[in-house]
Amino acid sequence: MDIDLILRVYPFFLEAALVTLELALLTTILGLTCGSLGAAARMSRSRILRLIGATYVSIFRGTPALIQVFILYFGGPQVGIQLDSFAAGTIALGVNIGAYMTETIRGAIQSVDKGQTEAARTLGMSRWETMRKVVLPQAMRMMIRPLGVNINALIKGTALVAPISVIELTYTAQRFIGSTYKPFEMFLLAGLIYMAIIYVTGQGIAWLDRKARIT
Amino acid sequence: MSDTAFIEIRNAAKSFGAFEVLKDINLTVDRGQIVAIIGPSGSGKSTLLRAINELDPLTSGEVWLEGVQINRKLPHRQYEKHVNQVRQDIGMVFQHFNLFPHLTVRGNITLAPKMLKGLSTDEANKLAEEQLAKVGLSEKIDEYPSRLSGGQKQRVAIARALAMRPKVMLFDEATSALDPELVEEVNLVMKQLAEEHMTMIIVTHEMDFAASVCDRVLFMDQGVVVEEGPPEVIFQSPENERTRNFLRKHLARANGQA
Repeated sequence: MDIDLILRVYPFFLEAALVTLELALLTTILGLTCGSLGAAARMSRSRILRLIGATYVSIFRGTPALIQVFILYFGGPQVGIQLDSFAAGTIALGVNIGAYMTETIRGAIQSVDKGQTEAARTLGMSRWETMRKVVLPQAMRMMIRPLGVNINALIKGTALVAPISVIELTYTAQRFIGSTYKPFEMFLLAGLIYMAIIYVTGQGIAWLDRKARIT
Repeated sequence: MSDTAFIEIRNAAKSFGAFEVLKDINLTVDRGQIVAIIGPSGSGKSTLLRAINELDPLTSGEVWLEGVQINRKLPHRQYEKHVNQVRQDIGMVFQHFNLFPHLTVRGNITLAPKMLKGLSTDEANKLAEEQLAKVGLSEKIDEYPSRLSGGQKQRVAIARALAMRPKVMLFDEATSALDPELVEEVNLVMKQLAEEHMTMIIVTHEMDFAASVCDRVLFMDQGVVVEEGPPEVIFQSPENERTRNFLRKHLARANGQA
């Protein structure tokens, strides 16, 4: 193993890791947005909205994320959507993880005991007031861990934008292999950095989860 | 509707698919009256109670409270507004308490009055203190529900319902989920409400309690009111065979447990 080489190239990897982090953060934000809207649609009183929500989930969970990235980046220009690779990657991955988050959020909301809603409605609170003050505060606590699982998956999923030349960790590793012919060292280094990111994120989520426990 | 009727249920019927849970039920409750509904499980007694505040809307028939029809047929938005309004006047206590676990006792009691009646925090706190004193739990005001016993939870749930100053209280097997030694403290609170002439409709399995507190007892079976009358009649000389059977079995079971 070429330790010297690793020591020479790692600053470039750290720089690329910043791009990976940026991707992960933006994807999380977009995913949570799509997930919240998706969950609201899936639980809506309107049959049409429920259908839209269900279709969204089955399309984006039913096809490879890589295909979704390719369709948006390579296929987009054909239908007039011209995006740079970073934007296309972020949007495709965010909308993709949003489909998973839709189910996570919906599951957490529906796991709140029906008696809670009944008690609140009986006091005269509206559907929305009940959701906001009684159901969501309880559901939020329950969704932290499963959303953490989604976020773990999306961090690793950011590697899927390497093929469209977003200069993130995996792409950087591949580029250095081209010049050094040392795939073992390069992928190992990239893998270690992914692991560090996942570890820190996981700790953060576990901390949030502990903080949110109802005493 | 008659002049004295406070609550009136007319020709109430409800079915789930082909199954008729309630069949043409008529019931009038006067202001301050305390009515117990007894009967075997599956007889429709909880469903009838839950129809009064539209938790389980009737398939047909009418529910009136003080001259206002509760189950009016209205377009969705207007219906929601109407129901949210009338429910403020109908307190309900559940078998499983349904306290909000993420809120303290204070939060549980003040949430709806603040939100729906526009009470300030000070006013709402005062109200919570009053209602808690009434159920004997003043010292628990800043506890979370998970720190309370079942009996205490149910007393907080009663305080929460009372804080909306309802015109009538519905109790859906309020003591059925409690350990036997915790039943009495809840019964005491209900008795105290009875002394204050709160109108109450109580679905219960506790015949002794029904006999000692209620003005009237309804026996329901298979979706109909089989027999109704003052407790001394229903419990001591019921006319209907089904009532007699039910009471005999129930008594045998109660004795068996003790």
